[in-house]
Amino acid sequence: MSFRDGPFSDIKVPLTWAAGGAVLLALIAAIVLLMSDRRETLEEQAYGQIRATADSIQAPVSGALSAPVGWFRGGIAGVRGYFFAVSDNRRLRAENKELRQATDALAAERDVNDRLRALLKLRTEPPIPMVSGRSITDARGPFANSRLINVGRDAGLKVGYPVMSENGLVGRVVGVSGSVSRVLLLTDIASRTPVMIDRNNARAILSGDGGPNPKLDYMRSREQPKVGDKLVTSGDGGVMPRGLPVGVVVKGADGAWRAQLSSDRAPIDFVRILKFDDFSQLAVEQELSAPVTPEQMGGAIPQPVIPLKVVAPQPAPGAALKAAPAGTLVAPAPPLKAAPTLTPKAAPAPKTAAPKTAAPQTPAPKAAPAAAKLPSTSPIAKSAPPTAAPAVKTAPAGTAAAPKAPAPTPAASGPRTAPITSSAPKGVPVPPARAPAAVAPAPSATLPAAKAPTPQTPAPKTPVAKAPAIKGPTTKSAAGITYRKVQTPAPKTPAPKAPPPPEEAPE
Amino acid sequence: MSGFQAGRMLDPWGWIWAPFASCIFAAILVAVPIRLFGLRLPEPIFALVPAFAWAVIRPSILPPFLLLGLGLFLDIFRGGPLGLWPTGLLVAYGFVLATRPMMIGQSRPMMWAWFGVCCFICVGTAYLLTMLDALVTPNLLATFWQLLVTVLLYPFAHRLIARYEDADVRFR
Repeated sequence: MSFRDGPFSDIKVPLTWAAGGAVLLALIAAIVLLMSDRRETLEEQAYGQIRATADSIQAPVSGALSAPVGWFRGGIAGVRGYFFAVSDNRRLRAENKELRQATDALAAERDVNDRLRALLKLRTEPPIPMVSGRSITDARGPFANSRLINVGRDAGLKVGYPVMSENGLVGRVVGVSGSVSRVLLLTDIASRTPVMIDRNNARAILSGDGGPNPKLDYMRSREQPKVGDKLVTSGDGGVMPRGLPVGVVVKGADGAWRAQLSSDRAPIDFVRILKFDDFSQLAVEQELSAPVTPEQMGGAIPQPVIPLKVVAPQPAPGAALKAAPAGTLVAPAPPLKAAPTLTPKAAPAPKTAAPKTAAPQTPAPKAAPAAAKLPSTSPIAKSAPPTAAPAVKTAPAGTAAAPKAPAPTPAASGPRTAPITSSAPKGVPVPPARAPAAVAPAPSATLPAAKAPTPQTPAPKTPVAKAPAIKGPTTKSAAGITYRKVQTPAPKTPAPKAPPPPEEAPE
Repeated sequence: MSGFQAGRMLDPWGWIWAPFASCIFAAILVAVPIRLFGLRLPEPIFALVPAFAWAVIRPSILPPFLLLGLGLFLDIFRGGPLGLWPTGLLVAYGFVLATRPMMIGQSRPMMWAWFGVCCFICVGTAYLLTMLDALVTPNLLATFWQLLVTVLLYPFAHRLIARYEDADVRFR
């Protein structure tokens, strides 16, 4: 006997109201779940055990369903290859011809690049290990864009690893389980990726909005981007390596700058997962923090992370006035704590067109060995990484006194001299500097220079005296750079107001 | 017992569990990474078909909780924020349930339009919740395409309704 046939058959349940109550209950549960979700944090714990388990369960099902698609795709490609073999052959021959020329050009560029890197002692990024996987599901709605790939924790994957297809960046791992991982695509509404325009290094944040073309937000550039500009990852923030191809800039229908993703050129089937934890894995912290000796530097750019325990310059009146403005000093900047015996005493800050934040109190290294001058348009200077900027900031003041040359224009002053001054090649004999130059003690980000008096007189008006000859014994470093102990002659004109007596600058 | 009381019993497998399982299977099938002619396939919300049909056929206590489960499955399966689709589906179900006395028995085009409004409410709810959750405006065009392909699923809902609408005369 069923329930309806029993004594309760006459009882009319207000089913509409009951259904309404059920809707209300379920709705409350859904809202609570929504409010407690922490997906946007992209933390490993936020992904949750439930999602990881569900991914593990659905992976074989979706894998089985997607396998015939792969077979079908392969079959289509086979038939197409059979019927279009001749045209494909012609096309491939033409491509091969172009690629050979490109390979020759690439070899030459790589050779130059390697030499420049060796000269600058650039810390190149080590190769990043990769894992290959296959995409088995594809969620592509406006509110969630993600994929499951068939590699997971067993293959060493972690949350945050970048994922690439053969054409470009796809996204990054946001959840891992034993043999499956979930990849948040660049188009997902929670995706934010720091990118830059390859042409001018303009930074932007690639923000997914659920559409096929994510937006370029927070564009930071003096010039407008152009349609077709290539986008690569900028590496800012250290969450992704620099230089991964992302796509090209396009103008959206809404007028906003957007990206046409490189990974959209072809179906995303097999992907590569870069085992890139973060930026810190590219450098050894101890090596970065270790003090650097001139021998280690060999005329290269000082590493940006140097403990700045420096001493304020000894006021040597007049020495600075004989110097030319900043920007012409071409000397490999020594380490701030090293080689005091190789250098003359630092002169006080000259009245040059130093940056406004230049502080006479800025502790500078007591000397810098002379080095060759390079034009500011040197490719070396251009290729210097942004991290080389601290080299300028710690450039010594009035340390180079190359004889018999007119003072150059102050146009070359400023931070652009940093790569120049530090680009002296290792093992190259030091040519005479072309001008007596003194670099104003440039500000250091780590030093309290804000309250320092700013030089009043622009550099061109500074009387340039005949450059004194460099005297003193010379030494040669292991790197082949000649260091000369310079004795700065006494000034003929009264020196400007001397900076405060030397004192230990805070680190 | 007389047929006046309950007409005939609704088979829960036919009108509840079969659509439920079909939606899950369809969601898995649509998630297969495939392109047609180089274009990405749209991703309709199959769960809106039973959400609409269940409310039209008859009020019941079970469908809201099944929609909760269906929505949670979609969220987990697609990697979206947990609770997004349950909220959207339940709001749409509640809307249909509330307007049922007014719309029941209308012509097919009217029912299709009603289904369209139901889809709009569901997608609109998800849109607003995503805006609040991620503080980003989702792409309107992508949202429109998803809404459009979902509205086109009405024939499936109509088939389900036509099959079970008269099964329980108490709710006509």
